[in-house]
Amino acid sequence: MKSTNGYAVQTEKLEKRFGNFHAVKNLDLKVEAGEIFGFLGANGAGKTTAIRMLCGLLLPSAGKGTVAGFDIWRENEKIKRRIGYMSQKFSLYNDLTLAENIEFYGGVYGLTREQLHAKRRQLLEELGLSDQADRLTRDMPLGFKQRLALGCALLHDPQIIFLDEPTGGVDPEARRNFWDLIYRLADTGKTVFVTTHYMDEAEYCNRVSIMYQGEIIALDTPQALKREYKQASMQDVFIHLVDR
Amino acid sequence: MKSRIIPIFKKEFIHISRDFRTLMIVIAMPAAMLFLYGYAINMEIQNIDLIVLDRDKSPESAALTRKFEGSKFFTVSQYNGPESQLETFFNDRRARAILIVSSDFSKNLQRQPRSDVQVLIDASDPNAAQAIRNYTNAVFQSFNADLGSRGVFEIETAIWYNPALKSAYFFVPGLAALILMMISALLTSIAIVREKETGTMEQILVSPIRPIEIIIGKVIPYILLAFIDLLIILVIAHWVFDVPFVGNIGFLLAASLVFIFTALSLGLTISTRAETQQVAMMAALLVTLLPTIMLSGFIFPLESLPKILQLLTYAVPARYYLVAIRGIMLKGNTLMQLLPQISVLAAMSIFLIIVSAKKFKTTLES
Repeated sequence: MKSTNGYAVQTEKLEKRFGNFHAVKNLDLKVEAGEIFGFLGANGAGKTTAIRMLCGLLLPSAGKGTVAGFDIWRENEKIKRRIGYMSQKFSLYNDLTLAENIEFYGGVYGLTREQLHAKRRQLLEELGLSDQADRLTRDMPLGFKQRLALGCALLHDPQIIFLDEPTGGVDPEARRNFWDLIYRLADTGKTVFVTTHYMDEAEYCNRVSIMYQGEIIALDTPQALKREYKQASMQDVFIHLVDR
Repeated sequence: MKSRIIPIFKKEFIHISRDFRTLMIVIAMPAAMLFLYGYAINMEIQNIDLIVLDRDKSPESAALTRKFEGSKFFTVSQYNGPESQLETFFNDRRARAILIVSSDFSKNLQRQPRSDVQVLIDASDPNAAQAIRNYTNAVFQSFNADLGSRGVFEIETAIWYNPALKSAYFFVPGLAALILMMISALLTSIAIVREKETGTMEQILVSPIRPIEIIIGKVIPYILLAFIDLLIILVIAHWVFDVPFVGNIGFLLAASLVFIFTALSLGLTISTRAETQQVAMMAALLVTLLPTIMLSGFIFPLESLPKILQLLTYAVPARYYLVAIRGIMLKGNTLMQLLPQISVLAAMSIFLIIVSAKKFKTTLES
């Protein structure tokens, strides 16, 4: 059966090259189920490439990896049923109504009619948008769109959620609300794998890895990292490590 | 497992129905183009300004002039000045043709039963010049017939399939090819590239849905649109422009479906390579619009193209479709008679779909 190793995500010497460019090298990760795992790094450090390999959007060049206990080389389909993914772009259709967006993504995951109706009601209620189901998505504020996009990525109840810079361009309050949501997800036993370049968000994670030029240069709890490098905040840890 | 094609298909329909402008273009374009080609672009030229320089002033030369005056194609005026002036008529655009009757015209006619006249034609517009030449020849023939003179042999031309040589017969098949190509290739490639641009394609691809399901779901609405356009063209062609319909309508629709598939697979191939909607649009226009108009036999006969371009036309899908639709509509061709054309189109579709399906996965992976 699945998860023989017990980890939600595990990789060993995972690599991705684009021509001569080494986007990700020697990626070794072990993420426990139920963990909020932060994946930090500057733009272009290889975070997105790594997350895309784990989500089955990109084939690795070398190395091994499992997601939800399934091999990323061979068991893509099974992985896809068990993960949710949301990118910075929020990936909603602006010319569809809120309800239509929910129905579309539910349909893509093969939800039944009854499941879809239940999920739609539940999601709109959670967002406080029950009476606005027929509004066009383009007319909604960014913070709502972001939470709706997350809701759409969770319609099929995935075990592991990959969030690629989910809070990019969102105001601080909406960011805090969003992190409340992430905590609630983790409380229900889901694994959250999140990339960010906001260092204050790193403090909210159970463990963080810091990526630099395609490699992980540090991996531990935020507290341990701050202790180890004798810095006051994750921001300082990051600057300290990158400037070395 | 519930089919995941349906949600894609439904969503695509919502996109189309909410994009009012595109929808109007899709519905109005075939009608507008038909009326434009049918009425505005007339291949016949009338009221050609003809200047007659009659040096003979005999009853015979007057009869010849009257012949021209009697034709609906010419507006005749007389001129009696020096020949060195003639070119200024072309330069001032006062004449498109000049007829010079020499002073020995009637004398020669009586002596030899033949006499020459000279016609100068302004060929700065070669197509018009060709037409003017044909019209003048027709007038001369009629003049000869009146004189009772007969040539050594006579050519009697029987024109089949389009006896009145109506231009509608020629542009309706061409327009059908053009519009089906544009809808199927252009709109589908834009529809797919748009999702790559906004990032929604990625969101769909992390789901268990298969690329082929995405493609099928996305192209079905455009197949329907293309078919609606085809029907609009055929209805207007038949009932407004009186284009006959000799062949089997079911066979025509089936052959058109094969062509639509070829165009769709071309659109898919473009969409797997283009990163932005603008690039997709430029590429689609370049590989669909121009070849379909210039290299398909729609406007210019293939035989009149330079050798190298003739070779190129073998890669233009519309070339084969035009033979098929003309053959079916005007001649009543059957499947057996059009097997080569339809096979080529089918082979092209299969080839392009295989290429783009492979590329579809890998480009989304970069």
